[in-house]
Amino acid sequence: MDTENKLFEKELVVKSVTGNLSLIRNFTKSAAEKCGFNNEAIGKITLAVDEACTNIIKHAYKNSPEGDIVVNISIANKKMSIAITDYGYNFDPANVPEPDIRKFYNRHKVGGLGICLMKKLMDEVNFYSVADKRNQVVLVKYF
Amino acid sequence: MVDFNVKTREDSLVNVVNLHGYLDAHTAPELEIVFTRFIKDNRFRVVVNFEKLAYISSAGLGVFMAYIETMRDNSGDIKFSNMTPQVFNIFDLLGFPLLYEFYNDEEEAIKKFSEKS
Repeated sequence: MDTENKLFEKELVVKSVTGNLSLIRNFTKSAAEKCGFNNEAIGKITLAVDEACTNIIKHAYKNSPEGDIVVNISIANKKMSIAITDYGYNFDPANVPEPDIRKFYNRHKVGGLGICLMKKLMDEVNFYSVADKRNQVVLVKYF
Repeated sequence: MVDFNVKTREDSLVNVVNLHGYLDAHTAPELEIVFTRFIKDNRFRVVVNFEKLAYISSAGLGVFMAYIETMRDNSGDIKFSNMTPQVFNIFDLLGFPLLYEFYNDEEEAIKKFSEKS
């Protein structure tokens, strides 16, 4: 028996180029609006998805424009889930330390801010990887 | 199409950068070009006016991280002004107020440079 009571399910597949980020943001925003989130929450969700996709383009596909990014959004039981899948290099989020802005400054290091933002902006962030096959990050926001 | 543009002008030896639109991984290279040019021209005092910036992601924040030390090593700085609460919130989440100065308006930020010189 389906107890999920899905209100909405939608998929977007785009190539791994930064020029598609605005398209991904608009797709996410329109789904978040259907949940009745306020503008602040919509902004947070959209940014978290942008950060996840930017990481995929840079790290999973290493800026190659030929990769696929699959964004699946489902809304059910007062919960918006965004599953973002890529077929690029494996990515281990455990290797990304919590950023300290002062250390970044001292070490001249730029990056790693995206994962931190995703965690701060969403209620849940989970990473799944199947070696040499695919990576998936699932972002969740409750409403 | 991504809506972003950068305009620059010089005001009392301070370089003012006006950002407009959406600053993400796609558009951040345009801002990097501006900062690279400042450094090449030995212009190290920068005020970034965010009044018309609708959106910023970490790729945009990374630009300010990348150039701040060069500016400060040369007696300059990157100061921020006119940020909307939404954009400020992103800077705040990552702890930027510990390292950067934020001002309500551009004039105030520009004046700060003359106070220190």
